[in-house]
Amino acid sequence: MDINVCNGECNVMSVIIAVIIFLILAPLVGGLISGADRIITARMQSRVGPPVLQPFYDVLKLFGKQNLVVNKYHGDYVLCFLIFTILSGCIFFGGGNLLLAIFALIVANVFIVLAAYCSNSPYALIGADRELLQMLSAEPMLLLTAVALFQVTGSFNVSEIIKTNRMPFIYLPGVFIALTYILTIKLRKSPFDLSTSHHGHQELVKGLTTEFAGPSLAYFEIAHWYETVFMLGLVYLFFANVPILGVLVVIGVYFIEILIDNVNARFKWELMLKSAWLATLILGVGNLFLLYILSF
Amino acid sequence: MGFFKKSPWVLHYDGSSCNGCDIEVLAALMPKYDIERFGIINTGNPKHADVFLITGSVNSQNIDVIKNLYEQMGEPKVVVAVGACACTGHFFAECYNTLGGIDKVIPVDVYAPGCAARPEVIIDAVVKGLAVLEEKKKNKQK
Amino acid sequence: MDWVTFLILFPLIPAVLLLFTKKNYEAQKWIVLISSILIIIGSIGLAVEQIGHTGGFRYISSHFTNNLVMLGDVIVALVFLYICRSLPLKKYWIPLMVVIQYGLVLYYDFAGKMPEMNRYIFLDNLAVIMALVIGIVGCLIAVYTVGYMKKYHEHHHEIPDRSHLFIATVFLFFFAMYGLVFSNSITWIYFFWEITTLCSFIMISYSKTEEAMNNAFRAVWMLLIGGLAFAMGIIYAANVCNTIDLQLLLASKKSLVLVPILFLCFAGMNKAAQYPFGGWLLGAMVAPTPSSALLHSSTMVKAGVYLVLRCSPILQDTDAGAIIALIGGLSFLAGSALAISQRNAKKVLAYSTIANLGLIILCAGIGTPFTLSAALLLIIFHAVAKALMFISVGSVDNATGSQDIEDMYGLCYNMHRMGIIMIIGISGMFLAPFGMLISKMAVIQALALRNPIFPPIVIFGGSLMLFFWTKWMGYLIAITDKKPVEYHKDIGIEWIGLWGLAGLTIISVVFYPYIGKLWIVPMYGECPLFSEGVQLTILLMLVMMILPPLTIVARRRNVVFTKPYLAGVNVEEKGEYLGSLGASRSWSFRNYYIEKYFSEKKLLNATILSSLILWILMFVMENVMS
Repeated sequence: MDINVCNGECNVMSVIIAVIIFLILAPLVGGLISGADRIITARMQSRVGPPVLQPFYDVLKLFGKQNLVVNKYHGDYVLCFLIFTILSGCIFFGGGNLLLAIFALIVANVFIVLAAYCSNSPYALIGADRELLQMLSAEPMLLLTAVALFQVTGSFNVSEIIKTNRMPFIYLPGVFIALTYILTIKLRKSPFDLSTSHHGHQELVKGLTTEFAGPSLAYFEIAHWYETVFMLGLVYLFFANVPILGVLVVIGVYFIEILIDNVNARFKWELMLKSAWLATLILGVGNLFLLYILSF
Repeated sequence: MGFFKKSPWVLHYDGSSCNGCDIEVLAALMPKYDIERFGIINTGNPKHADVFLITGSVNSQNIDVIKNLYEQMGEPKVVVAVGACACTGHFFAECYNTLGGIDKVIPVDVYAPGCAARPEVIIDAVVKGLAVLEEKKKNKQK
Repeated sequence: MDWVTFLILFPLIPAVLLLFTKKNYEAQKWIVLISSILIIIGSIGLAVEQIGHTGGFRYISSHFTNNLVMLGDVIVALVFLYICRSLPLKKYWIPLMVVIQYGLVLYYDFAGKMPEMNRYIFLDNLAVIMALVIGIVGCLIAVYTVGYMKKYHEHHHEIPDRSHLFIATVFLFFFAMYGLVFSNSITWIYFFWEITTLCSFIMISYSKTEEAMNNAFRAVWMLLIGGLAFAMGIIYAANVCNTIDLQLLLASKKSLVLVPILFLCFAGMNKAAQYPFGGWLLGAMVAPTPSSALLHSSTMVKAGVYLVLRCSPILQDTDAGAIIALIGGLSFLAGSALAISQRNAKKVLAYSTIANLGLIILCAGIGTPFTLSAALLLIIFHAVAKALMFISVGSVDNATGSQDIEDMYGLCYNMHRMGIIMIIGISGMFLAPFGMLISKMAVIQALALRNPIFPPIVIFGGSLMLFFWTKWMGYLIAITDKKPVEYHKDIGIEWIGLWGLAGLTIISVVFYPYIGKLWIVPMYGECPLFSEGVQLTILLMLVMMILPPLTIVARRRNVVFTKPYLAGVNVEEKGEYLGSLGASRSWSFRNYYIEKYFSEKKLLNATILSSLILWILMFVMENVMS
């Protein structure tokens, strides 16, 4: 049970290189995924859709905008959100402890909630409360995934989980399905876009992000790209021993998420909480029980 | 920095329109015209928007709202008056409660005529607004 | 005279001295300051002396000390009966419980039926860490108490000023706690055990209002059930196992001593406010806030978990241990869920105490070295952060007259120093690089291997905690339009306690690996939690946590201030909008309390019932087996 950041023959250089590659590639990949997402969504609605680089245009434009703030602090919390999201990704892709990575992501999430809380705007406050509910719905499954992966691979370290010669998915199909279920929450997609509604002209305007303008909003978008890459990395771990299959599954899962996004209206929070916890309990914990019984 | 041209986000406000122009604005979002091709998104939030799209004329009820929304948009921003009412007040211009076109309250950059304005005109107007946006950005940098 | 004797006996001196300082705040201040410093030095001295050692006994062969303790038992029993004099006749069962348990123990004592022993004091690293927690956290609270009580009486004229008695009780508490953690004889532990119950009665009933008296007696009868179990444990141990030497009991064969150990665990969990006995801790809220800080952090409830932790070698790998862990897990889940529906800050803190202690009990019930290390970390971090939270709530209460979290909206803006201290405390309770989260991570890692029941309990409970702490924190940092409150000049000596504990919350994160290596590893063996990799990552996160406070001083360029979006109908006044007919109306915001699912009405009875069933199940099972 080794929970070092890197394993026995710890190679500091390789960790640093992995982290640097992550820092550079993750926003590019995340942005492209987001661009592809918008095109596919448009095609599903029989539209043409924007160019694939559109998310980058958006973010670069936002950096050119005036930085409107409602008070001194709320922009800075967004920056903390970005930094801690990046940190969680670094721990994950640097091969570090999965639990620690998830906890860092939770800290990041707390910061975005705080950003909304301090903006003194009713729409952002509603968004903040709903984001809290989203966290309440999604976090158990995230942490359970780490525990489940540990039970199959014997390590909490990502660097060792990917070296496993068993395919975690075969042992953890329930956990995998439950994870994809709450993935919709983490990717802020319909039917779970409760806190930052997809389309602005609704009852909560843009929820959490209502008061972010210009660069602040750009930070939020970039952090969301990092977050997306992190979450898809988590999905990949289930197929870590066959990389090609892993990538294909990640693409497939994301496509399903887009499909779900397009065919669902927003849920109420009660339905979200109940369904996410039920999925976690029945599919996730049930899977662990099955594993426990079968291993005897 | 040519990104304003590629990602104009729109805030659509219905002043006192008869909804004719509003339906045309929505039509522009729909598959037939699909303005997201140009990266145009209807944000519904002044803090995120670059283009202020107003339909309908100004009256004593909405004058404060228009001013307020305009103030809450970050620079650079353009205002597009869509439809005859927004441009001049049209046949409501003489009403006791109507002040006239949008330019009575805030500076309008592009006028899109028509009653109701056609989607093509709206798209044209927004695209024209983009040039203004870029120019404003450049002027600001100087 | 060594450190142990000093620590046990010294607190009695200030306790007695303080009795003569009625309304003399200067004298109180200096007595408390000086004796607190001495106690802290004593605790640290003891800890330093203990580095490199694993544990050892102190032998006392003369009967004199033991006879003193017996005499003490008689006195405590008489005091209990004395305080019960005001009870109505229909509550005859409260004094009856006193009579039964003391009757049993004293009968055995005086009839000479107690087995002989001479190893009265046992000192190991668990006791050392407890001593550190009691000494440092407790004394900071004691210093805070002096300042607080003065202000408390300025605000509550209707309550007679007996603050000297209150502070004396604090030191009596230290005496009992030190005695409890160092004693090896279970009769001695029992003596100190009942003193803590007595102290909590004095503190809870301080204001003498009807509510305070009711709650104090509720605490007493609930805790007496634990005392009764303790007495039965002693009798059983003396009769069947033929020893009252705790270390000897723990070294015996499991099947032989499981029953008395279970009685002790029952008493411990009763004191640690685990369900079904969570009620007394909630009731303890009516007391002046420092007593809550004391009961919830360094003393009282920690005595409970200490005893269970002590007994955990016997519990490891037994069904009884698993059930104890389950009850702990149940309290963890229920406490976290119930805290969501509470508006009163002290109630939220009380439920979170029950929850966190549940987690410690869970670890102790499992009883592997890894879980025990995690449990010790939980004890340390929880004591520091919880004490900080309580005393800051107390100061806010003194300044604004409210404990309602809804009234704390924008606290950082109105009372910025207090707000920052509170945020440090809340971060300490649940946020990533800080103590409680480190321990929680350790718990998850320690449990992950075991079975599929416990990790989900910890995970779900942790998520519920995340919810109520974050919403509270969000309230604190919100920006309001209220005028800042003038309060700083009101707070004098309290700052020592406030900043001291806030500093400890942060410093303990930096130094926890050293605490681990010096005292925990020699006892429970190497634990992956203290490895350099994890330490490095946590330090990195801690460094990054400097960022948010930096924002306070950061200069901002190219920033344009606007008003929040209110659908275009803002008016000049902040927090208002233009409603119909041109009238401006204010908007306000209330947090989610989700009473539909997490209210006391929905959860409390079910929790108490299920924990009762678990207890009955356990005792039945043990009896059937043995």
